[in-house]
Amino acid sequence: MSSQDIPEENLPTAQDTAPGSVKLADEKNPFADPGLPPHEHRIQDLDERAAKRSERTVALLFTVSMLATVGFIASYVTIPVDSSVYIFTLGHISALNFALGMTLGVALFAIGAGAVHWARTLMSDHEIADERHPIEASPEVKAKVMDDFRQGAKESVLGRRKLIRNTMFGALALFPLSGVVLLRDLGPLPGTKLRETLWSRGKLLVNMNTNEPLRPSDIIVGSLAFAKPEGLDEHDHGFMTEIAKAALMLVRIQPDDIKDKQALEWSHEGILAYSKICTHVGCPISLYEQQTHHALCPCHQSTFDLSDGAKVIFGPAGHALPQLRIGVNDEGYLEALGDFDEPVGPAFWERG
Amino acid sequence: MSTATTPESRSRGKAPAGEKVADWADGRLGIYSLAKANMRKIFPDHWSFMLGEICLYSFIVIILTGVYLTLFFHPSMNEVEYHGSYVPMQGQLMSEAYKSTLDISFDVRGGLLIRQIHHWAALVFLAGMFVHMMRVFFTGAFRKPREINWLFGFLLFVLGMFTGFTGYSLPDDLLSGTGIRFMEGAVLSVPIVGTYLSFFLFGGEFPGDDFIARFFSVHVLLLPGIMLGLVVAHLILVFYHKHTQFAGPGKTNKNVVGMPLMPVYMAKAGGFFFLVFGVLAAVSAIATINPIWNIGPYRPDMVSTGAQPDWYMGFSEGLIRVMPGWEINFWGHTLVLGVFSPLMIFPLVLVSIAVYPFIESWVTGDKREHHILDRPRNAPTRTAFGVAWITLYFVLLVGGGNDLWATHFHLSINAITWFVRIAFFVAPVVAFIVTKRICLGLQRRDREKVLHGRESGIIKRLPHGEFIEVHEPLSQEQLHTLTAHEQYKPLEIGPEVDENGVRRKVKMSEKVRAKLSKGYYGGESQIPKPTVEEYKEISSGHGHH
Amino acid sequence: MKKLSARRRHPLAALVVLLLALACTGGLYAVFAPADKAQADETAQSLTIEEGKKLYAVGCASCHGTGGQGSSDGPSLVGVGAAAVDFQVSTGRMPAATSQGAQLPKKPSTYSQAEIDQLAAYIASLGAGPAVPTEEQYGPEGADIAKGGELFRNNCAQCHNFTGKGGALTNGKYAPDLEDVSPKHIYEAMLTGPQNMPSFPDSTLSEQNKKDVIAYLHAVNSDESESPGGLSLGGLGPVSEGLFAWVFGLGALIAVAVWVAARTAKAKKS
Repeated sequence: MSSQDIPEENLPTAQDTAPGSVKLADEKNPFADPGLPPHEHRIQDLDERAAKRSERTVALLFTVSMLATVGFIASYVTIPVDSSVYIFTLGHISALNFALGMTLGVALFAIGAGAVHWARTLMSDHEIADERHPIEASPEVKAKVMDDFRQGAKESVLGRRKLIRNTMFGALALFPLSGVVLLRDLGPLPGTKLRETLWSRGKLLVNMNTNEPLRPSDIIVGSLAFAKPEGLDEHDHGFMTEIAKAALMLVRIQPDDIKDKQALEWSHEGILAYSKICTHVGCPISLYEQQTHHALCPCHQSTFDLSDGAKVIFGPAGHALPQLRIGVNDEGYLEALGDFDEPVGPAFWERG
Repeated sequence: MSTATTPESRSRGKAPAGEKVADWADGRLGIYSLAKANMRKIFPDHWSFMLGEICLYSFIVIILTGVYLTLFFHPSMNEVEYHGSYVPMQGQLMSEAYKSTLDISFDVRGGLLIRQIHHWAALVFLAGMFVHMMRVFFTGAFRKPREINWLFGFLLFVLGMFTGFTGYSLPDDLLSGTGIRFMEGAVLSVPIVGTYLSFFLFGGEFPGDDFIARFFSVHVLLLPGIMLGLVVAHLILVFYHKHTQFAGPGKTNKNVVGMPLMPVYMAKAGGFFFLVFGVLAAVSAIATINPIWNIGPYRPDMVSTGAQPDWYMGFSEGLIRVMPGWEINFWGHTLVLGVFSPLMIFPLVLVSIAVYPFIESWVTGDKREHHILDRPRNAPTRTAFGVAWITLYFVLLVGGGNDLWATHFHLSINAITWFVRIAFFVAPVVAFIVTKRICLGLQRRDREKVLHGRESGIIKRLPHGEFIEVHEPLSQEQLHTLTAHEQYKPLEIGPEVDENGVRRKVKMSEKVRAKLSKGYYGGESQIPKPTVEEYKEISSGHGHH
Repeated sequence: MKKLSARRRHPLAALVVLLLALACTGGLYAVFAPADKAQADETAQSLTIEEGKKLYAVGCASCHGTGGQGSSDGPSLVGVGAAAVDFQVSTGRMPAATSQGAQLPKKPSTYSQAEIDQLAAYIASLGAGPAVPTEEQYGPEGADIAKGGELFRNNCAQCHNFTGKGGALTNGKYAPDLEDVSPKHIYEAMLTGPQNMPSFPDSTLSEQNKKDVIAYLHAVNSDESESPGGLSLGGLGPVSEGLFAWVFGLGALIAVAVWVAARTAKAKKS
C-alpha cells in the first residue's frame, strides 16, 4: 500500500499561502494569512527606568542565589546530621535535610528565575521567521548517491564473488552465538528445586516470633501464627531462599467448620498449616480474617478460604494454597508429616 | 575561509582571548560551521513545548544525583547486622544494599537529600515524558517527518519505566523486594522457558545472592547508557527538523517563527534547567519519598499491605490485580494465564499508542511534511483515540491502587476490582464517543465564530423592539488561525464494477482503509470549515446573528 | 439496646452519662467508705460484678443473650475475658447498632471507665479469659523497638501497613490506622483479636513481643514520630508519592514553564 494509490484530490489543498502575497489577496480571501503582526514594544524597551528595574531584579535574584549557596555550605557545616526540627504541617523532620534542600532549591531557582527574567524583559523580543527546507534530497542528489552506491557495490565485487558473500554472512550470523553461550552460567538449571522445601517428616514447627517449637495448645481458635522448619536460622546463608518456600501460616478452626475433607485430615485438631507464599506471584499472604476464615493477599488481592482447603474465592491466583500435613510427636510438639505434596508459590510451566 | 582570515588575525595579534580559543577549536572541530546553522536557530514560544525540557533536565538531575549515590551505595546482598544511627533498626539483619541505603539516609550529610532528589526526579521524569508524549500526540506533532523521533521518545518512556523499576529494587527494602518477587512470579509464568529464565535472572532460586548486583549494573550502566544515546538522537532530530508551531498569522508550513537560540533560548532553556533542579530540590526538602527505614529490610516471608510499584508501573499492577485467576493444566504442564496474560497485555497497551502515527498516516495516505500543529478538536478521531487510551491507562491505575481506593473512599475492594474489570472494556469506548462529540461541538463553535463573529455579550434593542446580541466580527488574524487547519476527504474505493461491467478486484486492506478513512473524515467525523463564499455571503448581508 | 443506641445520640446523652457516672461513683463511695479494707475488697468485687450485670442487662443482653451465651445477633461472651470487653466498649465499638456496615468503626465510648470495669468484671466472671493488661505490660520500659519492628512486619504489617497506617480487607472490611490507638488497646487487640483480626495469644506472641510491637508503633506512628525526609504523605507508599509527584512536582514545573514561555507585557499604546 503506498501513497500513490491515494488520489491527489483527497489530500487537502496546501494550507499555506506565502506571506506577503496576502495583501493583494485581502479582498478575495478574508481567511488569508495576514503575515507576522507588527512588533510591539515592551515597557522596558521604551522606558529606561523600567529596564533598570528589570536589571536590578535580575541582579537581586543572582545575589539571592549566592546567599543561598553560602547558606547551604553553612548548613552543611553547622547542622548535625541527626538533628530533628518541628516544622508546621511538615512534622518532625531532619533539620539538615530541610536546610540543605531549601537552600539548594533557592540557589538554583534564583539562577533560573534571573536568567528567564533577563531573557523576557531585556533581551530583544523581535520574533523572527526562519525558513524551513524540505528534508528530502533533490532528485539530482538522490541520483548521485545511487550512482555512487552502485559504483561502490560493483567495485566490492560482492555480487560476483558469491563464495565470499555467503561465508561472510555465515560468519557474521554465527559469532553472536558465543555471546549467548556465555550467558549459560548466569544460573543453575531449575531441576526439581521449585518442588522441594525444607519440610520433611518429623521436622518441628518453630514459632517465628519466639523461635520456640509450637504445641497444639499454643494455637487457639481465631489466632494466627507463623512457623518455620526447625533448624532454619536467620543467620544461615541460605535462609532467604529457604524461607521463601518454607514459610508457614497456622490457624485453628473448629473441626466442624472445616469443609474440605482432606484439609481436615491433614490438620491436627483443627490446626491447619498452609504455605504462606501466595500461589499467584509469591507474596507472603497472611491477611487472615478470623471470622470469615478468608486470607487475602495484600499484593493482588487473591482471596483464599482457609476453612475450605484454601481454595481461591477471588482474585488472580490460579490454585489453592498448598497445605502441609502436620501431627504431634511423642513430646507433644507439632511436627510436619512430610514435605508439601505440590510446589509452593507461583505456578510455572513444569508444575503440571 | 580560514586560510584567508588566519594570517590576517595573526598579523594583527589583537584577537580577544575568547576568539582565539574559538579559532583553535574551529580548526579541529569545525565549530563555526556548526554555529552558523544553529546559533540563531529559531524556537517558537509555547508552554507546552517546554514539557520535553522538563524531561531532559530531570534526566540530567537524575544522572548527577545518581552518580553521587553510587559513591556510597553497596550493591551487595551479603547479610549484615545493623549498628548505625537509626535506632528502630538496631541489630536487625539486612543486606549490605539496604544498610548502605540507611547510611546514605542517616549518616552521609546531604545523602538523604540527594536520594530524595534522585527519586522525586525519576517520578517527575516519567510524568513529564507521559505529558510530553500526550502533547505530541494530541497536536499531531508525530506526523512526517517526525515519526522516528516519536519512536525514540516512546522508547525513552519505556526504558525510563524499566530503569525506574530496577532503581526502585536496589535498596532491597521490603517494598522493593515484594516487587522483585512479583517479577519472579511473572517470569515463572512464561510458558516453556519461564523457570529457566527465572533461574538465570536470579542466579538460582529466588532471591539468591545475585540480583541486586545484576540490577545495579542494568540500572546504572546498561539502561541509562541506551537512554543517553536516545536522548542525544532525539535532540539532534529536534534541531534538524526544527520545532513545530501552532497556526497563526505569519506562521506557515515552510517557516518557523520565534526567538533565536542565542541569546533568548540560551537564557530561557538554560534558566529552565536551574528552575527544574531548584523545584526538585525544594520538593525533596519538603516531602519524603520511599522512606526505606520505615519499610524495613526485605524478607521473602514478610509483606505489608499497600504494596505498590512507583506510579509509572501502576497500570501494569492494575492489569495483574484485576485479571481472573485462570490456569490451565494439561499433559503435566501448567499454562498460567492469570499471570501470563497481563504480562502480554502490558506491552500491547504501550505499543497501541506507539504505532498510532503509522496507522493514521496509512489511512490518510498523506506523505507530505507537517510542521503546523493541529488543534486537538480538528482531529476528532485521533483526539478521541488518545483520550480513550488515557482512560484505559487511568482505569488500570485505579486497579493498581484498588486497596487504597477501598480504604480512602470506604468501598469494597472486590467491588473496585469488578468495576475495573468492566471499565477496562467499556470506559475507553465511552471516552472515545464522548470525546469525538465534544470535538465536533468545538468545531461547530469555531465555524459559528468565523461566520458570525464573537458573541460580545452586549444586548442591543432594535428600533422595532427586538433584542439582539451584538456579534463582533473577528480580525483577519483570528479568521486565518481558525481556518488554517486542513480537512481530508474520505477515501473512496470507487465502484467494484467498472464501466465495462468487469469486476475489479479490491483488496481487503483497501476496504479496511476506506472504512477507516470514512470513520476519520466522513460527514459525521468533521464539520466542514467555513468557505470564503459562505463568509462573504453572510458578511455582505446585514444578518449578524 | 436499640433504645439506648437511639437515645445516646440525644444532645443531653453525654450529660446523662456523666451524671450517672458521678452518681455511681458517689454511691459506691458511700457504700465502701465506712467498710473495713479487707472486707471492702471482696464486697467490692462482688458488687462490681453485680453492677456490671445490671449494665450488661441494659446495654448488651439484647444481642449477646441474658447470660452472655450469645444469640443470632451477637456471639457468646463466655470466656472472651475482661480484655475483650475493655477493648470493645472503651473504643466505642460496643454496644453496636443492629444494622451495621462491613465492620464496626471506632467511636467515642458511651461508658465511663468505671462502668467498663464493671462490665468487664461481669463478663470475666462468666468464664476465664484474658485479663485487662497492666501498664507494666504495655509500657515502654524494657521494650526493644527494632525487634518490635521485625515482629510488626511479620505479624501485623500485612494488614496494618509498614507503620500501622491501615489497609483494606475483603468486601469493605479494613484494618484501621493505629496512630491514635492507646497502647493498652493495641495490647488488648493483639490478645483478643477483635472482629476479623486474628488473636496473637501469649503462646505465639509473647508478652515481651507485644511490648516490643507497641514500642515500635509508638516510634513510627504517633504524633512524636519523626519523618526525617519531610512530609510523610500519609505513609502510604508509592501511590501517594506518585500523586504528589504529579500534582506538586510536575504541576509546579508546568506552572514555571507557562511563566517562561509567556509573552512579556507590552507597553500600552497611548
